[in-house]
Amino acid sequence: MLVLSPLLVPLLTAVVTVILQRHQRVQQGFSIAGAAILLLCALWLMQDTGSNGRISVALGNWPLPFAIELVADRLSALMVVITAVLGLGVLVYQTSIADTAGEHAMLHPLLHGLLAAVGGALLTADLFNLYVWFELILITVLGLLVVHDGFRHQEAAFKYFALNMFGTLLFLAAVAMLYGTTGQLNFSGLAEAVEKPELKAAIPVYVAMLMSAFLLKAAAFPLFFWLPASYHTLPAPVLALIGGLITKVGVYVLLRLMGEVFVDQPAIFYEALGWIAVATMISGVLGAAYHWDLRRILAFHIVSQIGYLLLAVALATPAGGSAGVFFMVHNILAKAALFLIAGIMWRTAGHYDLRRIGGLYPARPLLAILFLVAGFSLVGIPPSSGFWGKFLLVQESFVQERYAWGGLALAVGVLTLYSMVKIWLEGFWKPDPRGAVLTGSTSHLGTAYAVVLVLVMLLLVTGLYPEPLIRYTDAATAYLWQGSAP
Amino acid sequence: MTLLVLLSISIVVATAVYLSLSRDLFRVVIGLSMLGAAINLVVFAAGRFASLTPPLLATVEDAPAAAVANPLVQALVLTAIVISFALLCFALVLGAALRAEAGSDDTRQMHAAEPVAWDADKPPELED
Repeated sequence: MLVLSPLLVPLLTAVVTVILQRHQRVQQGFSIAGAAILLLCALWLMQDTGSNGRISVALGNWPLPFAIELVADRLSALMVVITAVLGLGVLVYQTSIADTAGEHAMLHPLLHGLLAAVGGALLTADLFNLYVWFELILITVLGLLVVHDGFRHQEAAFKYFALNMFGTLLFLAAVAMLYGTTGQLNFSGLAEAVEKPELKAAIPVYVAMLMSAFLLKAAAFPLFFWLPASYHTLPAPVLALIGGLITKVGVYVLLRLMGEVFVDQPAIFYEALGWIAVATMISGVLGAAYHWDLRRILAFHIVSQIGYLLLAVALATPAGGSAGVFFMVHNILAKAALFLIAGIMWRTAGHYDLRRIGGLYPARPLLAILFLVAGFSLVGIPPSSGFWGKFLLVQESFVQERYAWGGLALAVGVLTLYSMVKIWLEGFWKPDPRGAVLTGSTSHLGTAYAVVLVLVMLLLVTGLYPEPLIRYTDAATAYLWQGSAP
Repeated sequence: MTLLVLLSISIVVATAVYLSLSRDLFRVVIGLSMLGAAINLVVFAAGRFASLTPPLLATVEDAPAAAVANPLVQALVLTAIVISFALLCFALVLGAALRAEAGSDDTRQMHAAEPVAWDADKPPELED
């Protein structure tokens, strides 16, 4: 039952918030309460998997491998907790007057639907069920894109739809072929079936299809164009949730499938994945360097950071996986914090374009410090959490004698620093080009500041005391690429 | 049977790819939904065409006596059809709204979310 809670709690909250759509305050209250319960359930689940290991639930009273199986282990439990933290944070932030773009009655149901879909994708151990959750993610994100009236939202939604739909269909085709070849859809069943010598020749083709689909979903080079075309039209809290989570779910699934199910694949896959990862890092960071709009800079940085996560999958060892999961936790928190800070900057300075704003440092020193911590964490300056993530990743690439990958990952860090310094100099340091001194009240930004403060504190604690999280991710990923489920 | 289905899948996929690479908004939508239909057929074919007998058991039976049609792929295809139908409806409404606002169904005219730069060196400013 506990394993089902990351699905049931948000789904139930979504239903309740639909019923309450005419009573905005009540709806908001129930919505935040639902997210808080989700976080409690997620923490309980993490505690449970920590002591009992893998928990599996086979639905529909069918024996395995025919039933749809949901599995919580340390890895998925950690991801569910991060999802719940982000969900709660975003909903609390939504109560402030930072860039929340008004409150449509369908916003809360869609946000909870998205949380449920992400929870399902994290927990499922069935390939077709995974497809259903990805479709649900797609439809809720589309809903969140168009819920805000306006031509550019619809246009962004269309671009998002066309490319992601293609990815989902590719995924479904791969699922069908794998089922046709092995007769299995369950992860453990598939992991056994693909080891059969007579299937060795056919499986890599379908795995390549599956990988391409998830690379599209994860916004990897050269399939990331849907992301910078659509994300920046969203208001800050929704953007923080979607930008923080969705692409990472793609990488998470890739890590899980490659490390747990399709363990023994040709070396060329990992070689290719490594270079795709490097190309993703570089193209993302260069795209960010060109832009002056805060949202677009940060959206391109999502692409760049996805490269690091893919590099972790390409290294294909438990140590690489551990570094990747650590980096993912850090990155989700840092990215969400930066988007939320951008929302406060928009409310305080009046614009997202860095050429138009300035003077935020003397006017809002607290915001400046929060940005500094989150931004430097994204760059990876010691002793921030990003430093440890990159350190572990680059260390593992050097151990495997992948000097080019590790070296380029470090070089991309310098370019990330360029973007963050650009935001710092233009947004915070230079005087306001309009000559105005910002004196607007911050009275209704309290909850927004509180959420950002909590996220930044989490980043700081992870950076200053990374040992527990590293130990946790080491334990969570120890079984990857070992050819046996825990 | 398999060969026939294979042939029709490849024709539908070719048509779908042609349509979805078009610049016309509605052709893209129709193309993608045709691609969905083709892939539903792939799922169906993955279950093999062993028998046309419906997979129904009498109450006393534990397993079917003779070969029956694969019920799993039917369930999968049904799920996929429901989902893709919902997405098709959404995309059509979205396309109609876009067409009404832009006054054109040419995707090259869609620059509201990503405006064209007014200066070769500097990126464009976005509205809030």
